[in-house]
Amino acid sequence: MEHKDLAKAYWKKNLTYVGILLFIWFMASFGAGVLFVDYLDQFMIGGFPLGFWFAQQGSMYVFVVIIAIYMVVMNKLDKEFGFDEE
Amino acid sequence: MDIILVWTLIIVGLSFALYIGIAIWARAGSTSEFYVAGGSVPPLANGMATAADWMSAASFISMAGLIAFMGRDGSVYLMGWTGGYVLLALLLAPYLRKFGKFTVPDFVGDRYYSSTARLVAVVCAVFISFVYVAGQMRGVGIVFSRFLNVEIEIGVVIGMVIVFFYAVFGGMKGITYTQVAQYCVLIFAYLVPAIFISLLLTGNILPQVGFGSTLLGSDQSVLERLDGLSTEFGFDAYTSGALARIDVFFITFALMVGTAGLPHVIVRFFTVPKVRDARKSALYALVFIVLLYATAPAIAAFARVNLFETINNVQYEEVPDWFKTWENTGLVQFDDKNNDGIIQYRADPAVNELRIDQDIIVLANPEIANLPAWVIGLVAAGGVAAALSTAAGLLLVISTSVAHDLVKRTLSPSMSDKKELMIARISAGFAVIIAGYFGINPPGFVAQTVAFAFGLAAASFFPAIMLGIFYKRMNKEGAIAGMIAGIAITTAYIVYFTFIRTDLNSVEHWFMGISPQGFGTVGMIVNFVVAIIVSKFTAPPPEEIQRLVENIRIPRELKEGE
Repeated sequence: MEHKDLAKAYWKKNLTYVGILLFIWFMASFGAGVLFVDYLDQFMIGGFPLGFWFAQQGSMYVFVVIIAIYMVVMNKLDKEFGFDEE
Repeated sequence: MDIILVWTLIIVGLSFALYIGIAIWARAGSTSEFYVAGGSVPPLANGMATAADWMSAASFISMAGLIAFMGRDGSVYLMGWTGGYVLLALLLAPYLRKFGKFTVPDFVGDRYYSSTARLVAVVCAVFISFVYVAGQMRGVGIVFSRFLNVEIEIGVVIGMVIVFFYAVFGGMKGITYTQVAQYCVLIFAYLVPAIFISLLLTGNILPQVGFGSTLLGSDQSVLERLDGLSTEFGFDAYTSGALARIDVFFITFALMVGTAGLPHVIVRFFTVPKVRDARKSALYALVFIVLLYATAPAIAAFARVNLFETINNVQYEEVPDWFKTWENTGLVQFDDKNNDGIIQYRADPAVNELRIDQDIIVLANPEIANLPAWVIGLVAAGGVAAALSTAAGLLLVISTSVAHDLVKRTLSPSMSDKKELMIARISAGFAVIIAGYFGINPPGFVAQTVAFAFGLAAASFFPAIMLGIFYKRMNKEGAIAGMIAGIAITTAYIVYFTFIRTDLNSVEHWFMGISPQGFGTVGMIVNFVVAIIVSKFTAPPPEEIQRLVENIRIPRELKEGE
């Protein structure tokens, strides 16, 4: 493949990953912690109403996991396309 | 001297000696070292430095208290000030590292091939940073005055001298390694009392889990007890929210996007060697930040239970010692309205007799839980570390913007590196003095202006940088128009409600029920829309700019024949 097409394909995959991860980001914070918080509060987790837990704990843990996944998949993608730095 | 003061002096003194030692060891020899620590900071160290840079006196001292009195609504700060790191890591940091210059205005100016764009960025960066740094210097003074019984002014001056040392001599290099030390001090100081209190109340060593656990000696969980006590005395249930949903949504969003757009946070990602290091240090940074942020709501819940159970409906003569100590500082006040000698803590202002400042929750925490004197000294050192590390990061942005973006890139491009370094040092020195002045004579509106800083960062930098990376067709006309529109509408809204017509600053007058704190989100949307529309009607950016965008999108270009 030409360098230009390679870069294009790489960028497209990157956008897909970012799109999926940002959807999870939105659902964990604005979804579970804001929009559906009252509905989720009827369930309990470790002594916390679930919505409250997402608003004050869970969303932050999800954020950490999102960045960890992003780091792993992007490092793999860099290698796959030969764009990784030595 | 009493034992608490002795411990405080020893621990704060040791931490200062450490910071100055690091400053001497990490002197900057070139502009690259001064601006971005030579681009050679290991990701782990950068993660810690970013966390210390980010977590200010407000995070350390005030946040747990805010949450304790807001209940579930406190989540706007928890999610808002952590979720922005996802945006930073996925949308900005790796690309800005690949771009590989020194500052945010550098990127805006180069990407939009325009000194007007650069100038708009410089003005925003300096304004945002000054607004922020005034509060930090004040924070240093307050911590000193509360723990060491010196005047706030003297505390500010001591803080100025320390920051002057490592910011002026060490630049980014000195700041980075002191921030690593400061992170260790502040996180230790935050976690130790929290763990003790969690053990005391629930027997659970992890406060983050503990505040959902059962209270020792009862069959109720912490939150059940808290909901019960709150409603009994007329407050909203702790686990329910009082803010309108749309406002919670917009405030959280504005804080997230604002975080991702703050220049002193973004610039940290210029200091690592590679693109993959930028991703990794974003992860480390968030882990280190969440360590504190996930503990804050636990401290909040424990402290609120303690408040109800140890002070409410208690004879004033029999209150615990800490109450009397902190009464002297004015942070707790008892006004015996019905003259029965008993403290009534109620939601109804007509019968409530207790006034509590939010800062007391963290500051008096060790005493409320009867922890040893050295823990109190540790909390003092932690508060100072949080304030100093953030102040230093902000001062660096100011001095870089002046020396690099304004003098070197705009006024005198032929200047030598040595001369530029000297100008950077002088402007850092001036910035320390101006920040100290505001710390001693704080403008009355510090609290409102912090919301303003976030709103502006959200409405200006975030869209401009994101479009610069993700939308190749974005040109200078679009970017400048977008930034100006976003800044103008955000400024107008915030200034109108918080300075001009404060009497109208309530939900029925707000646009769609969005408070000034959340309006940065609207400013951001306006910026995006205006930028895209204007760019459609104007000429596309030159060929070499489009190539620049293609280059920053991949971590490394392939060589011929590879």
